[in-house]
Amino acid sequence: MKIKDIIEILDAEIMCRDDLLEQELHTACGSDMMSDVLAFVKEQAVLLTGLVNPQVVRTAEMMDMHCIVFVRGKRPRLDMIELAEDRDMVMLCTGLEMFTACGKLYEAGLRGGSGK
Amino acid sequence: MESIKLHYDVSGVDFTRAGAASGDVKRVLKQLGVSPVTTRNVAVAMYEAEINMVIHAGGGEIDVEITEDAIRMVLQDHGPGIENVELAMKEGYSTAPDNIRSLGFGAGMGLPNIKKYSDEFRLETELGVGTTLYLTVYMK
Repeated sequence: MKIKDIIEILDAEIMCRDDLLEQELHTACGSDMMSDVLAFVKEQAVLLTGLVNPQVVRTAEMMDMHCIVFVRGKRPRLDMIELAEDRDMVMLCTGLEMFTACGKLYEAGLRGGSGK
Repeated sequence: MESIKLHYDVSGVDFTRAGAASGDVKRVLKQLGVSPVTTRNVAVAMYEAEINMVIHAGGGEIDVEITEDAIRMVLQDHGPGIENVELAMKEGYSTAPDNIRSLGFGAGMGLPNIKKYSDEFRLETELGVGTTLYLTVYMK
């Protein structure tokens, strides 16, 4: 799945790095608890979260993630957008709730990092 | 490769800046051509430790030494110290206040995560004096 497909599936708005939408991604993780994201090293390319603070971008950076999706209509602050932009990450916003957003992406072929 | 030494002062008041040192080290390792696995292990271990410093100890200092065979980190704070190290090392145990949980941390995964991602892990702590972590990640 490409990032541009995620945008279409989630009816998402692009916050930054619209030059990286052709990236091919296969895995995702949904969590509001950053320690949990950091606890399991898997190849997770997309982070879906309802948490809005700069540590979301930092966590994604440490885990080599390529795309952050804010769910439930949450909006990142400018300093977060700038950080993501600098770290080559695409940032998206969707009005969908976490469960629905994850379900739609799973249905379309995106999987958890374990491949299950 | 000659050894590279890096030093960081971690602010204890600005949570939004927490992770800046770890991000910087990650970029240095990437530039040096260190493997992605090693780089990520260092980044995650150091990041959790940096967050701990900010949450529990009012900041601290980090020294990093990169050599041909390993990355060695010393993270020192002058916080309250850890009362029960055995408990603190347990997954799920946390003394972090609720406002930290609302920031996405304080799940009691910090120290367990740090140990998991390090090849060598040593913790020295003294109540009222502070805590020092000695971490080593081998080049893989």
